[in-house]
Amino acid sequence: MAVEIKMPALSPTMEEGTLARWLVKVGDTIQSGDIMAEIETDKATMEFEAVDEGVLTEILIEAGTDNVKVGTVIARLAMEGEESAPPPAPPSEPAQTASPPAPAAEGPAATPTARKLAEQNGIDLASLTGTGPKGKITKEDVEAAIAKGGGSPAPSPTPAPAPSASGERIIASPLAKRIAADKGIDLALVKGTGPNGRIVREDVESFDPASAPASAAAQAQSEPKPSAAPEAEGGAPFTEDKLSNVRKVIARRLTESKQTVPHFYLTVDIRLDPLLKLRGELNAALEPDGVKLSVNDFLIKALARALIRVPQCNVSFHGDTLRRYERADVSVAVAAPSGLITPVITEADTKSLSVISTEMKALAAKAREGKLMPHEYQGGTASLSNLGMFGIKQFDAVINPPQGMILAVGAGQQAPYVVDGELAVATVMHASGSFDHRAIDGADGAQLMEAIKQLCENPMGLVV
Amino acid sequence: MANEYDVIVLGSGPGGYVAAIRCAQLGLKTAIVERENLGGICLNWGCIPTKAMLRSAEIYHYMQNASDYGLVAKGIEADLAAIVKRSRGVAKQLNQGIGHLMKKNKIAVHMGEGRLTGANSLSVKGEKGEESLTAKHIIVATGARARDLPFAPADGKRVWTYRHAMTPSELPEKLLVIGSGAIGIEFASFYNDLGSEVTVVEMLDRIVPVEDADVSSFLEKSLKKQGISIMTGAGVEDIKVTDKGITAKIKDKAGKVATSDFTHVIVAIGIVPNTEEIGLDGLAEMERGFIQIDPYGRTKTKGLWAIGDCTPGPWLAHKASHEGVTCAEAIAQEMGNTDVHPHPLDRSAIPGCTYCHPQVASVGLTEAKAREGGREVRVGNFPFIGNGKAIALGEAEGFIKTVFDAKTGELLGAHMVGAEVTELIQGYTVGKVLETTEAELMQTVFPHPTLSEMMHESVLDAYGRALHF
Repeated sequence: MAVEIKMPALSPTMEEGTLARWLVKVGDTIQSGDIMAEIETDKATMEFEAVDEGVLTEILIEAGTDNVKVGTVIARLAMEGEESAPPPAPPSEPAQTASPPAPAAEGPAATPTARKLAEQNGIDLASLTGTGPKGKITKEDVEAAIAKGGGSPAPSPTPAPAPSASGERIIASPLAKRIAADKGIDLALVKGTGPNGRIVREDVESFDPASAPASAAAQAQSEPKPSAAPEAEGGAPFTEDKLSNVRKVIARRLTESKQTVPHFYLTVDIRLDPLLKLRGELNAALEPDGVKLSVNDFLIKALARALIRVPQCNVSFHGDTLRRYERADVSVAVAAPSGLITPVITEADTKSLSVISTEMKALAAKAREGKLMPHEYQGGTASLSNLGMFGIKQFDAVINPPQGMILAVGAGQQAPYVVDGELAVATVMHASGSFDHRAIDGADGAQLMEAIKQLCENPMGLVV
Repeated sequence: MANEYDVIVLGSGPGGYVAAIRCAQLGLKTAIVERENLGGICLNWGCIPTKAMLRSAEIYHYMQNASDYGLVAKGIEADLAAIVKRSRGVAKQLNQGIGHLMKKNKIAVHMGEGRLTGANSLSVKGEKGEESLTAKHIIVATGARARDLPFAPADGKRVWTYRHAMTPSELPEKLLVIGSGAIGIEFASFYNDLGSEVTVVEMLDRIVPVEDADVSSFLEKSLKKQGISIMTGAGVEDIKVTDKGITAKIKDKAGKVATSDFTHVIVAIGIVPNTEEIGLDGLAEMERGFIQIDPYGRTKTKGLWAIGDCTPGPWLAHKASHEGVTCAEAIAQEMGNTDVHPHPLDRSAIPGCTYCHPQVASVGLTEAKAREGGREVRVGNFPFIGNGKAIALGEAEGFIKTVFDAKTGELLGAHMVGAEVTELIQGYTVGKVLETTEAELMQTVFPHPTLSEMMHESVLDAYGRALHF
């Protein structure tokens, strides 16, 4: 009883697409959740996840074939037992490819792809809640666990790259993998010197996180030396660097975010003077205890409290479900040598400013040394990115899916401002929220921004 | 253009001929210089012929125990001359094989005594006179020879080195073997099987001292059961040679000195590198006669390389061969080849084998070495008696021991005694190169019924999970 696999519609308006790549071959046993092929439209490349299970008996459309009409039979599966209808092309359901139905294998129910992804990134499936049918853990669930939120104009790396259809598998010997896991070393940052670039024990043992930028950069140049200033096609001379794994993942995730998340942006001005005054007082009072609060610490608390006040914004989007979080974990963007990374301050809504400050300092130091453990940068219910130290007045950050929003703050600058009906000089900071319109509506986003402004301008509310 | 090469290899043993073949494979114009027989010691006077002889001894042993297998064998005899002849035939066959390989790979063969006349030139004194060769790179692969006892140099009559032990004209009645490394033990085993009364004297406190201590003690017990006398912690202080035999003054481990008479003595106390008169002076760093090299075979002089027994140990043919390949690739790389990726030898993954019976095979760290520095280890042990195939073969004597790093699960070492273990050790060696942990070994399916299943069980035992014992 053959099952026909048909060309899916990746969007309501898709009529045809390119079957870019097959990721399975005739004879493979296909389980639900397996990525079968990459389908390209002019808008995006999507992975086609199998729904049916069986043995692939025929591939009818070759890889690289353009103009394949939606509904065309592209492959056949042989199944034992009952037939099931081939997946229809449902309208407006990217969820079609996102959450596969069907029961799972042993252990916590998870798709094979999710399982593999979790294993390769050191994520315990038992710690995840599945968003697939019957609570099955999907690839997106695992990716969410990997993600540390915090988009910003600069790329935010996912240090544990997903072994997606484009083949970002990290090849390492069993011993190297074990030692890396033991030491909390992210294999994506390690340069492999074994056969075919395999990471071997020696590479992990001599891994120096402080020189990770060098190794990431060296990895980027690991292909036979960058050509010394060759002439472009009639253009400027250049050297070519191969992207490191980390950068490749950044590129993929940010592209995905911009292409698939309908962003909208809301900006408020925040008068920072009361907060700065309070900060000065608190730091003076707590100096004997070694506490030095930064403006950012206040912002973390403000965002966290605001998210609890406006819970509709403390959400993450998962295709056909929305997760509403019961506490606010803020992913905070930190500039590390290998790129931007976002350690998470958990329970930022209930932690005191001094605890947030201490934690943030420790995490930032770890981030700069490349020593963050996966659990320290995974998760987060929303993100904060601060470019104020660079003098940026205002910017709009890129959402890190599946989070629902990210707050981008600029520098507090002296500016003319109306205070109590009179023109005065105030320290004004522009805060811009980027929101996922699938998960959060304009009015809700506006309420959150209002709450943030109110909390920052009445900073005593942040002290408890 | 004749006599001008990209690479000249001095010596055609397992190091030299392999290096030459690899050079040729990489498109380099290659020559090889050999003063005796292509294939060097290993092929002609070492590894190969001894294995042929040991095979004869093994079969003789089975024939003598035929009734164990329900067979009747009468009039069993060992014809020493025929045994030797067979081994010479095997050596000859392989030696001719090397000749074919040289031809096939278009490697020029210069027979004669080679000597460096500079960093890039050699003179070869052959039958037809002397010729001069030059090359961009020269690989010294001159190997080593047996060390002599200062007070009893080998004469081939009563005092033998391995060379003489391989072409005996008579079966020694009472044989003294000095040294219990692989060579000493193999000859002890061989001659004991053929009927000689054998005594092994070892200076260190146990036989086969490079092996794991458990291997040494097991093997000692087994050889003693086979009738071999073993003295450890003992040294031969003097040897007097007569035309009827030798008298040896031996100091035992208690310090007592006694003289004993033997008909022959095999001196197997180590090797001396052949680096004295090959023109190396000043061109290479030497230490106790061994040429000092970097992990790729480079000496301190550009264009001059060395591999094999004339360099630091372990002095094993397979180590020489791998060095030969690495060296060839490094040379090719220096000459502009960007496709080769020479890999220096991973010394922790070089197996060592001894072909007495029961056989010995090992790779990696002994348990004692593994524990050095306070490292926590897990040790697995599985006896042959627990293996179905071993019992069915009538070879229930032996064990397989594995040593793991308790923290990472890294396979640190494997040590085996028993039938066929020399063929089994490669499994662990492959595992080490792949940086296996115990998990992958446990997941591997070993076929049943085989001796190799014990390799699996030993790993399981290291984690308290052996199934069959």
